[in-house]
Amino acid sequence: MSASGSVSTVSRDDNLVSSSEDSSCPDDSDLQLGLGLSLGGGGAGNSAFKLQQQASFGAQYATSLTAKNFPSSSSFSSSSSSLGKPSHASCAKRSADSVANAYSQVVGWPPIRAYRMNNITNQAKSVATDEYNSMIEKNKRKNGVVENTTNGSNKNYGTGKTKTSLFVKVNMDGIPIGRKVDLSTHSCYETLAQTLEDMFLRPTINVTGIRSGIQEHDTRVEATRSLKLLDGMSDFVLTYEDKEGDWMLVGDVPWGMFLTSVKRLRIMRTSEATGLGPRIQESSGRQRNKPI
Amino acid sequence: MIMESMRKKESPSSVVSTQFPDEVLERVFALLTSHKDRSSVSLVCKDWYNAERWSRTHVFIGNCYSVSPEILARRFPNIRSVTLKGKPRFSDFNLVPQNWGADIHAWLVAFADKYPFLEELRLKRMTVSDESLEYVAANFQNFKVLSLLSCDGFSTDGLAAIATHCKNLTELDIQENGVEDKSGSWLSCFPESFTSLEVLNFANMSAEVNFDALERLVSRCKSLKALKVNKSISLEQLQRLLVCAPQLVELGTGSFSQDLTTRHYAELENAFNNCKNIQTLSGLWEATALYLPVLYPASANLTFLNLSYAALQSGDLAKLLVHCPSLWRLWVLDTVEDKGLEAVGSYCPLLEELRVFPADPFDEEIIHGVTEEGFVAVSFGCRRLHYVLYFCRQMTNAAVATIVQNCPDFTHFRLCIMNPGQPDYVTNDPMDEAFGAVVKTCTKLRRLSVSGLLTDLTFEYIGTYAKNLETLSVAFAGSSDWGMQCVLGGCPKLRKLEIRDCPFGNKALLSGLEKYESMRSLWMSACNVTMNGCRLLAREMPRLNVEVMKEDGSDDSQADKVYVYRSVAGPRRDAPPSVLTL
Repeated sequence: MSASGSVSTVSRDDNLVSSSEDSSCPDDSDLQLGLGLSLGGGGAGNSAFKLQQQASFGAQYATSLTAKNFPSSSSFSSSSSSLGKPSHASCAKRSADSVANAYSQVVGWPPIRAYRMNNITNQAKSVATDEYNSMIEKNKRKNGVVENTTNGSNKNYGTGKTKTSLFVKVNMDGIPIGRKVDLSTHSCYETLAQTLEDMFLRPTINVTGIRSGIQEHDTRVEATRSLKLLDGMSDFVLTYEDKEGDWMLVGDVPWGMFLTSVKRLRIMRTSEATGLGPRIQESSGRQRNKPI
Repeated sequence: MIMESMRKKESPSSVVSTQFPDEVLERVFALLTSHKDRSSVSLVCKDWYNAERWSRTHVFIGNCYSVSPEILARRFPNIRSVTLKGKPRFSDFNLVPQNWGADIHAWLVAFADKYPFLEELRLKRMTVSDESLEYVAANFQNFKVLSLLSCDGFSTDGLAAIATHCKNLTELDIQENGVEDKSGSWLSCFPESFTSLEVLNFANMSAEVNFDALERLVSRCKSLKALKVNKSISLEQLQRLLVCAPQLVELGTGSFSQDLTTRHYAELENAFNNCKNIQTLSGLWEATALYLPVLYPASANLTFLNLSYAALQSGDLAKLLVHCPSLWRLWVLDTVEDKGLEAVGSYCPLLEELRVFPADPFDEEIIHGVTEEGFVAVSFGCRRLHYVLYFCRQMTNAAVATIVQNCPDFTHFRLCIMNPGQPDYVTNDPMDEAFGAVVKTCTKLRRLSVSGLLTDLTFEYIGTYAKNLETLSVAFAGSSDWGMQCVLGGCPKLRKLEIRDCPFGNKALLSGLEKYESMRSLWMSACNVTMNGCRLLAREMPRLNVEVMKEDGSDDSQADKVYVYRSVAGPRRDAPPSVLTL
């Protein structure tokens, strides 16, 4: 009667059925199942779901996430900022990420067949463009501008090709909609900074509306202002969260070391970036670009 | 019509068989193709039942466990074509444990005995091993059609066996399966003497095939009308194939991106120009603006365009659609965005079916893709629209109301707002009124998938108005048992109900006690149903199979996944340990 020894339907390996297309899917050791919840009171008043106030999901690694695991959010587009208020210490670090990631880790949702998942995510990497803009697009792609690509946590479906990418999330203070960037397409801080400037300063991004209206065909590639993220002289600095959960200034360590320890990026207002390290107090505009 | 004319001739006292000898009945019934008609006919009287069963050559079994091969063979002695569906649909989304069952082999053994002249096998969501495929190749001399959709368990070795031995094969259709793609050499196994192929679809397989073998195959199979190749076939190679087979009606291209010389480009254009019969076009992986124009001359008669693997932008789509005025089925990726859908509305007035798939379903932070505006735009331009599958990140009640007002003939309405439990993004209300509008307006609705923030009100609407509804898919919705009770109490034609992550419990489950025997199946996962509830159901309804799949670490009393279906074959004996039959 008891179901001990039953095959968990949710462990990621099982999801790879017997398809060789899925076999290149990497092991999902980073899966963020620790949903911080509580998110007390989030969402529409007539939400149907009970919020499970459990903090630790470690024991539930093999359980499919259900409706009980996350709230119905009425303003989903405001992403992590409004939802990221952890109520339980052990989930503090993960809550903001986890809720924003919530539905990407629900088994079998959105309901798309595995075959299609594998193929469209590869396709989206090579989005077709107008001839007129194709050159611009090509340049951007070399810099790793990512708009339509999967992140590393989509282990359910994996990617058909064996390509190691290193997607991390990027948020900029004051902009509710975050982005993702593939660090593996960069080899130094300079190109990364330039990419991030392009991402966050393109004038067509509607920061207040839900639809960002990002125009693929926008021909204006110059930013309206330069962030100069790495030189410590502008209103913003580029910071990152490392594997230990500490927030550090980008540019202090060699690029390779940076790649191994970075978890996510944040373009922070300089006024808030206190205590992140001695560099912030230095006055001269020293370039932080450190190619490998 | 046949039945009516026959009824007129019957008088209450006369025996039908004196007026219509069995042979005549059988001849007449042989013209009936719809299995629903045949089921109706078989219920009229014993003679009709017999005539029908002797004349039936094709059988459709929607749930392979609802009947056994023995029972099937006893009733229908002359079957040549079998369509079988196995696992519950949610197995496509990895919700069903591996080795759950639906293995074709036992069926094949029975068929080899009772139907040695079996010609066609169409399987969906079945487990098919290489041994089974080899068995087919060895035991059915007349075998003609093999179609595998969303199946798993086999490798290209099995396909090699089919190719090698099935001398009369006309159709090999391998779609979206969990195939172990060891190599493309299976294609080279078709003997040089083999010429009967009419349909070849290996689009979803990845391994490279021997192009020369493919080219020779295509050349000698003069009746080939459908060819869907995989990504490994380049544009240049495609051109050569088209030259061999300009008669193609259905074409699936390979990779649609390559650096072609001017000469090769011209040759490709020419090849497409000569294909005047193409009605279905698919594949188009990596299609870019540069090469899409070669399709224009061949697009005049296109009725089905499948761009769901081509990440096109709105402009490219628009330019292509201008050349496709006859289109009635279109599948796209949401990279075309609302603007692309506006073009659909403008250029495809005959459109009846639209499917919009998400190019990046997990990237919920970057808001792109399609919105309610695109859907509305299509509805204004395509008044004949009756089938839609739409993945989006935002929707409003008002938009859906407008859509169904424009297109009241929906038979299939599958809306997937990708963030579970998301309300109307303008008003913050639940999406109840949207689906209320759908069921009130679209009286012909047969299939509905709901999404977004939904209360029990949605299900009240469905139960009250959806009188023709046959399939309902529900996820992350509802407020209480009452919702599911409304559906079970209301939809008279309901056949398949699949529910996940909803607050429906035993009360709801048990309210459908009498209903389930008139349905094909019920699926409930991550709801509030308990083992006791399931046991009660199983006890009260012995003709239902009640199966529970439990997950590691879950409470003993919770029934994590429940699958209930009617069966004349009794409980199945091949369930794995993770599946409990109550």
